[in-house]
Amino acid sequence: MIEVPVAPSAAALPAGRALRQRIAGNPLMVAGAILVILMVGAALLAAVLAPFPGDAGTATHPFAVLRPPSAAHWFGTDQVGRDVLSRVLYGARISPLIAASVLLMACAIGLPLGLAAGYFGGWLDEVIMRITDIFLAFPALLLALALAAVLPASLTSVTIAIAATWWPWYTRLVRGQAASVAGRPYIDGCRALGISRRRIIFRHILPNAITPLIVQISLDFGGVILTASALSFLGLGAQDPTPDWGLMVSEGQAYFTTSWWVVTFPGLAILIAAFAFNLLGDGLRDLLDPKTVDAATRPKRSVLR
Amino acid sequence: MTRYIARRAVLAIVVIAGVVVVTFVVAHLIPGDPASTWAGPHATARQIAAARRFLGLNRPLPVQLGSYLAGIATGNWGIAIHTHRPVLSDIATAAPASLELVFAALIIALLVGVPLGLISARWRGRAVDHTVRAGAILGVSMPIFWMALILQLIFAQRLKVAPAAGEYSAGLLFTHPLARVTGLPVIDALITGNLPMLGSTLAHLVLPAIVVAAYPAGLFARMVRAQVLDTTGETHVLMIRALGFPERTVFGRFAMKLAWNPVSAAIALVFGYSLVNTFLVESIFDWPGLGLYAASSIATLDTPAILGVALFIAIVYVVANLIVDIVQATLDPRIRLS
Repeated sequence: MIEVPVAPSAAALPAGRALRQRIAGNPLMVAGAILVILMVGAALLAAVLAPFPGDAGTATHPFAVLRPPSAAHWFGTDQVGRDVLSRVLYGARISPLIAASVLLMACAIGLPLGLAAGYFGGWLDEVIMRITDIFLAFPALLLALALAAVLPASLTSVTIAIAATWWPWYTRLVRGQAASVAGRPYIDGCRALGISRRRIIFRHILPNAITPLIVQISLDFGGVILTASALSFLGLGAQDPTPDWGLMVSEGQAYFTTSWWVVTFPGLAILIAAFAFNLLGDGLRDLLDPKTVDAATRPKRSVLR
Repeated sequence: MTRYIARRAVLAIVVIAGVVVVTFVVAHLIPGDPASTWAGPHATARQIAAARRFLGLNRPLPVQLGSYLAGIATGNWGIAIHTHRPVLSDIATAAPASLELVFAALIIALLVGVPLGLISARWRGRAVDHTVRAGAILGVSMPIFWMALILQLIFAQRLKVAPAAGEYSAGLLFTHPLARVTGLPVIDALITGNLPMLGSTLAHLVLPAIVVAAYPAGLFARMVRAQVLDTTGETHVLMIRALGFPERTVFGRFAMKLAWNPVSAAIALVFGYSLVNTFLVESIFDWPGLGLYAASSIATLDTPAILGVALFIAIVYVVANLIVDIVQATLDPRIRLS
């Protein structure tokens, strides 16, 4: 997903009353947080909440195929008679997990490269940033498609394929932060004091780069969920009994004109998941980045600033 | 200025060459034998071997890469395995349909996103602001393959107010044949004065274009809002307020002017993104563009075709960014001098 790079400056979280006030002034973030909590709850309690837990797997009910929504099956049944609601609930265990793994992997690659490029500069910086540019010139979905075609279709492949396209954003972000900090006088001071390079990087550069990284990660969560579901929709991700939302939409496509529910509910789940994380990420950015805060809480700037 | 452009252009070429090398390596990791696909299901071993020689697959990988790179420079992008046609002419046939879809989507996105962003900034913190922000985030959270299916079901199958699939009604070809000038059906119908065909192409364009527009519309609304709010504190905007201009003019004319620069940069980025997004939509709407071509290339493990599509999209990406860099450097001397 494209986020136009507005590097948020490292800022401390406001505390106490100010924090509560700012959160209260951002109802969208609160809504996002509630949706995320509901989704995590659904994932954790899927076994209890799902009316037919067995339907998340290979269960088949040949005499209950493609039944419309009813009291017994709120979301109807799919092409082999499985309860769609149960599968959607179990699906909540998959998408956020994939997104978290992708972002973790992307950070594991992007963070060290960005720190190295930003701190050391020179030819190392040039080489790392040009490689980053090459990967950024790829549309993420296209490279992920090519990689997912090479790897055997599975959730692991999808995770690897998306992570391979996601890390350059983090390298670029961290590099910018690291480079700006590395030039400050206090870092020169550290060097003059003979503090080891490793300590400078991890104690003095890294903490300054981490806040914008966290903001970006929270903003990216929804995008990764969308990309992963798109790959699953194309058949490159999870395979049949897995209750993956993208795969469910893809499988339901053939029956869609007569049985609208098989596609509608899993797709709605993808939309709500991405929406929830995007709301939350957006709110977190406002919270952590003083530059974009003005929204509702700050009074209009006076003429005499 | 010339030096700045030259530097950016050289970097662009380096990036495109890098994309080719990476895709080349990835594409050759794809399991399967293109030569036997090319020769057909009943080919003899000798025929397959001949196909392998013909396609140059018997040479070592670095040699293949070298001749591929040399070929690109001279306009020879190889021969597609599944169509037996030159990749470049396949892409030239398929690309206009996708480009038309993206252009239409971006126009819709600008028409919807920019005014919404302005309204949101004008009444920030009010209900309308929260509604627009929620709507914009909903737009960027949309799984577009799902939205395509839902819109198709509602508007094409149930309400029957829009055609379900295709670029135009095939039946019209007999009475009003479409002359190919630019390859973009809407433009071709327009410049040849083919009115029935124009109506048909526009009707077929609406649903897929709205689907592809969901993401950029949300993005533009968010950006315009953020940028305009940023500029309302600038002294010249305050001056305009102090001079007694109505708020509408302050936002619509003066604050918006400063917001155009980042929005135009976003257009370039989102252009390439939307081009790839059409891949998910084209198979649903049976839209004969790059996405359908890429899908059939991947399904048949057609390495030259996959490479060609990746290369084409990388070029679009890089050129769009280059144009934005140059335009911005022309408008703002601070960029090229830093």
